[in-house]
Amino acid sequence: MPLVDIQNLHVSFPQHEGLVQAVRGMSLTIEPGESLGIVGESGSGKSVTCMAALRLLREPPSRITADRLILDGVDMLTASRRDLARVRGKVASMVFQDPMSAFDPVFTIGHQIVETIRAHTDASLSTAKDQAVALLDRVRIKTPVSILNSYPHQLSGGMLQRAMIAMALSCRPKILFADEPTTALDVTIQAQILALIKELQAELGMGLVMVTHDLGVVAETVDRLVVMYGGRVMEEGPVQAIFDDPRHPYTRALLNSIPGRTPGKQRLTEIPGQSPNPMSPPAGCPFHPRCTDALPDCATTPPAMRPIAPGRAAACWALT
Amino acid sequence: MTTPVLELRNLSKTFQLPRKGGWFAGHLDHHAVRDVSLTLPRNTILGLVGESGSGKSTTGLMTMRLIEPSSGRVLIDGTDITTLTQAELKPYRRQMQIVVQDSYSALDPMMTLACIVAEPLHIHGLGTSDDQTEQALAMLDRVGLHRSYGQRYPHELSGGQRQRVAIARALILRPHVLVADEPTSALDVSVKAQIINLLLDLQQEMGLSILFISHDLSVVRSLTDRVAVMFNGRIVETAATETIFSDARHPYTQGLLSAIPVLNPRDRRPRRFLTADDIERGIPRLPGAGATPALVQVGPDHLVEAVAG
Repeated sequence: MPLVDIQNLHVSFPQHEGLVQAVRGMSLTIEPGESLGIVGESGSGKSVTCMAALRLLREPPSRITADRLILDGVDMLTASRRDLARVRGKVASMVFQDPMSAFDPVFTIGHQIVETIRAHTDASLSTAKDQAVALLDRVRIKTPVSILNSYPHQLSGGMLQRAMIAMALSCRPKILFADEPTTALDVTIQAQILALIKELQAELGMGLVMVTHDLGVVAETVDRLVVMYGGRVMEEGPVQAIFDDPRHPYTRALLNSIPGRTPGKQRLTEIPGQSPNPMSPPAGCPFHPRCTDALPDCATTPPAMRPIAPGRAAACWALT
Repeated sequence: MTTPVLELRNLSKTFQLPRKGGWFAGHLDHHAVRDVSLTLPRNTILGLVGESGSGKSTTGLMTMRLIEPSSGRVLIDGTDITTLTQAELKPYRRQMQIVVQDSYSALDPMMTLACIVAEPLHIHGLGTSDDQTEQALAMLDRVGLHRSYGQRYPHELSGGQRQRVAIARALILRPHVLVADEPTSALDVSVKAQIINLLLDLQQEMGLSILFISHDLSVVRSLTDRVAVMFNGRIVETAATETIFSDARHPYTQGLLSAIPVLNPRDRRPRRFLTADDIERGIPRLPGAGATPALVQVGPDHLVEAVAG
């Protein structure tokens, strides 16, 4: 049984000017222990999918519908507040791009980690404190006690992200959603945090969802890849297979536009045009206005995901 | 030899930070930039690379005299502009412009795009009002925004489009030097490629020289002719871009290069991470070098920080 089973997820936000359709029919299953990357640009719906999966979006205003939205056997659409609270933390937890705003500035790091542990277990204060020290040790923080007594503003971005990961791991979740966890960090710190996440995933046998716009980050960390655009999945499959032989025109264009692939100062292969407006997404395939392979059908009917190889599928009318 | 469009000579900046312990505790000196010398030849793009706190942005701002250097000199087309008054500086401002990372805060939300792009012409009193608008619209068109965008406001644009406006505004005066401080860092991959191509095209067309400040070595590889690597306020290595990628000598440069995420999952490898101490200890030891770390020539046009050993 998959750990995460999402079928036909739609998420929208009513705004003054109209309805923002952030996710439009997203399906995703994740097996226990699997590491999955969700790649997409701003507005592709990658973060919203994760937030919706954990029901972290405020409803209303946001509207979530799905044929199925199941995490570890719990139907997230009908679960009670209590069940949701149990799932968040014990089954799945999340780390965010900006650790500074994810921590409460007026409490110490230790206070916040201990609070999380005690909210989910019946550990005593002193056991919880010991566990917090062990957690910080686990994320390779050399001076756990002094970090526990620090306030968020006293720590660097890299250190805070480590503490954030420690907190996310405090209840031994079965899957960790990491939403752009290294985007705000320096290159060398990014490399360290990615290495840490990979090590911890292997150590704990935990599932991982790495949400990012950076193809380098997924190339570095995950086994399976989902490429999103305009609120839909364009292509999915094993990460190596997609990098070697991208089948969807969007995936191809995205891989071709990465800077620094070949030596020398040179123009890059750009994707002309811009991402679709989520308030009035184009009919048919969301990528068709920018696609070099577009067929007449692409502008009218959205293509469904079609299997193209074992474990691989893509949504494109031009697939041969 | 022709005069470089921009030359920095022994530029330093010390910020004074309040010391803990109350009003009368005095201050600490923070050496943000130490003894930086750089030349930017005509019609080239120089990448200034480093991480947060390396002093790269401070160097860029001092180049524009948006921060006053503590010591050292800035030369534009061979003229020392370090000691000019603001009034004397104004004609030189036409020759040097800046584009920053956060285009949202760099554009006045109350002005239309045409006004934003025409404003430098207005400030320097170039042409009639109609001319200025016409030039601004032509410039918007050149950076890939249809003339009809002239009537729009910054909030109506995406991040990539706002960055195009910032570039249009910087280039409308036909400057010789453009300082571009992380202009692509906040952008999505496909938009990033568009902006890089735009900068490359404009550089060719206008014979522009660009000081491109970035922490993103992949972008630097595609865009620049030369690279200078900054660490702790110092330049630790400088060479032609491909030399940096194929033959980096300084431990910090090597560390930066090895931290770049792989381009294909097949190339995953375990990494070694250097601490600041490792880097200071690993400074190359070369026979010709002095007792204190200084830049030493190790190849044609390749300088690296080294000590005697």
